[in-house]
Amino acid sequence: MAFALQVRGLTKSFPGVLANDHIDLDVEEGEIHGILGENGAGKSVLMSVIYGLYRPDEGKILVRGQEVAIGSPSQAIRCGIGMVHQNLTLVPQLRVFENIILGQEPRRGIFLERQKARRRIEELLHQTGLSIDLNARVRDLPIGLQQRVEILKMLYRGASILIFDEPTTVLTPQEVDQLITYLLALKKQGKTIIFISHKLREVFALCDRVTVLRRGKKVGTCAIKEATPESLAEMMVGRRVLFELPRGRKPAEEVVFSVEGVSTLPEKGKALREVSFRVHRYEILGIAGVEGNGQTELAETIVGLRRVRQGKLVLNGEDITYLSVKERIKRGLAHIPEDRHRRGAILDFTVMENLMLGFEDEPPLRRGLLTLHFPTLQEFASSLIREFEIATPGGDTLVRTLSGGNQQKVVLARELSHPVSVLLACQPTRGLDVAATEYLHRKLLELKNQGKAVVLISADLDEIRALSDRVLVLYEGRIIGELSPESDEYQFGLLMGGKSLAS
Amino acid sequence: MGILSLSLFQAMLRMSMPVLFAALGGMFCERAGVVNIGLEGIMLNSAFFAVLATFLSGSPWIGFLSGVLSGVGLGVVIAILTVKYSGNQIVVGTGINVFGLGFSAFMCQKIWGSRGASGSVAGLPLLRVPYLEQVLGENTILIYVAFALIILSHLFLFHTPWGLRLRAVGENPQAADTAGVNVHRYKMVFVTLGSGITGLGGVFLSLAHLSFFAWGMTSGRGFMGLAAMIFGKWTPLGCFLASLLFGFTDALQMRVQALGILPSQIILLFPYVVTILVLSGFVGKALPPSDYKPYEKR
Repeated sequence: MAFALQVRGLTKSFPGVLANDHIDLDVEEGEIHGILGENGAGKSVLMSVIYGLYRPDEGKILVRGQEVAIGSPSQAIRCGIGMVHQNLTLVPQLRVFENIILGQEPRRGIFLERQKARRRIEELLHQTGLSIDLNARVRDLPIGLQQRVEILKMLYRGASILIFDEPTTVLTPQEVDQLITYLLALKKQGKTIIFISHKLREVFALCDRVTVLRRGKKVGTCAIKEATPESLAEMMVGRRVLFELPRGRKPAEEVVFSVEGVSTLPEKGKALREVSFRVHRYEILGIAGVEGNGQTELAETIVGLRRVRQGKLVLNGEDITYLSVKERIKRGLAHIPEDRHRRGAILDFTVMENLMLGFEDEPPLRRGLLTLHFPTLQEFASSLIREFEIATPGGDTLVRTLSGGNQQKVVLARELSHPVSVLLACQPTRGLDVAATEYLHRKLLELKNQGKAVVLISADLDEIRALSDRVLVLYEGRIIGELSPESDEYQFGLLMGGKSLAS
Repeated sequence: MGILSLSLFQAMLRMSMPVLFAALGGMFCERAGVVNIGLEGIMLNSAFFAVLATFLSGSPWIGFLSGVLSGVGLGVVIAILTVKYSGNQIVVGTGINVFGLGFSAFMCQKIWGSRGASGSVAGLPLLRVPYLEQVLGENTILIYVAFALIILSHLFLFHTPWGLRLRAVGENPQAADTAGVNVHRYKMVFVTLGSGITGLGGVFLSLAHLSFFAWGMTSGRGFMGLAAMIFGKWTPLGCFLASLLFGFTDALQMRVQALGILPSQIILLFPYVVTILVLSGFVGKALPPSDYKPYEKR
């Protein structure tokens, strides 16, 4: 059997962390090889070493049987290895073809040969069946197309071993499906692909074999045919993971929160058009839909960040349409924002400071007119850290240094530290690993079973169906239909594509 | 026909020169991702060294060369501090400005016995160019250098592989790095080059516009260059047109002053008012090359 890439005993440590501990890896020629692991398992470090971004402490890399020393990305490219990073490395202001040829520009004399560059890329497009406007500026393209530019960049440089570092975290479900199609096409053309992910669904759709890493060590490699989601999850997490959590009790009759015919202006986003729904005690209401159909706007409207033009919001029988954000929080509205880095937490504040945000001006945290009471604050923070199992060295650690899952726990802990009657959870598990996702799902169900109402807005249909009691589908700023979570995927697909169900 | 005439056009062209050199110099620095607010100090320093070298050697050509080289010298200092040691670009630039002001005054005092001005030296000779001269007026070689620079910079930036790489370095150094471009080398080279070009503006002031050094003779033209660069959207042609606007207000200011209809203090404000209007975004939003942070490899 021919191996495209082999890694032997690769070890890489950073101060205080052993990121890769004697890892062996064999990638066969022409296969799609998955690298699976929780956040912090060492997947990205391993790939960065292979791509020459880090130097290994120990171990060697073989490309097609030959040992190679890869000290920089350009050497990796010369060995035929290309990488699409999680954060795309494109120059947004430049055009697509300029980005592709950057560093390897065809030229005549001292001048760029634009025509030749274009022809070469067009040939490449023709071979791979990809399509893109070469003259568009990269900043004007959606993220999925930007990723395509990255793929073309690698192919233009003649890469035959393609590494994708968690390429799907930034994509919408539609873009993910497209990417999967392209990757399968590339495989057919004989490219070898290494696909890093922590999402089992994608791995099963794509990979021939997977290698699982956990805490810097290799757990094992297996053919995808012999694996089940349960077995892989167990390898990743190190214990059994429940995919189907028990829902608990049925929703009550009592309405906690309702949105009544709310419309908004299309200011910096989609306009909402006559959105109405009710959430009851003991209920999780799922809001599904293709991203960009008003989810963000709906969340901002409920929280009070966006002006309502028409209609009203009612919480526990009280009209809150014109109340400030602060007043709404006081009346029992909690919110997990979709963008936890910008809206959910202040990354350069400590865990403790983030936990008190929004409550710092009220007793007991405030003593006297102006002063914070630090002993109370510390006690408050450490009890939340314990209760929500936030893995942090202490309350004075910067939130930036925590893993995504723990950052989200900080947000959740803060939101639930005051009396809540309705929780608005937006994309609560985006970018989180299996264990953190499971934790968050448990918490949402726990809340529901305490008699609270939860509005769950998510682009992850599996998540919506696993947790919700009812599902509404949002399309073009309008609620286009209601489904039960047990409805089949086809029906969801129809509604999400904007086709109403003939009733 | 009064103030609008061929001679006004020629004055505009002349007055726009120092601003143009600063704008082009600043443009190269910013295209490499470094804000160079030290343009004013570089220019003043170059003006001083141009006069000093002419004074010592008797040749304005040696003065010309010294002026440019002193710009290059300060450029190297800025490049080392901001690129190699990741120093704060604003602090370094301010330091250069303060240095230019203080150093030239000190040396002037030592050499000519007066902080205010140097003695008179031989300026650059006028270049005889048939026909063109009728339109552009009598000029030294610097104006033709400026035109050549505009064209060459444009071709370089937008029609050569290295121009493409330079643009990438300024916009997103990570991307340039992964594409195999030596980011630090590009930054060092172009900050130095840009500072040298800015030095030409100083040479123009002290050896072409006048033929002596006066303390603070740049009177804000480095900053106007910065404004012209922004107004000109970081392109050579844009810098040229924007500099003409500044040159025009400067030339107009001199004419209006001669007419004696407004108090001269108010007239003198013209170019500065335009600078403020330009910088406050009055003329439309401009998108700078986005990454001014020092680039550190992981």
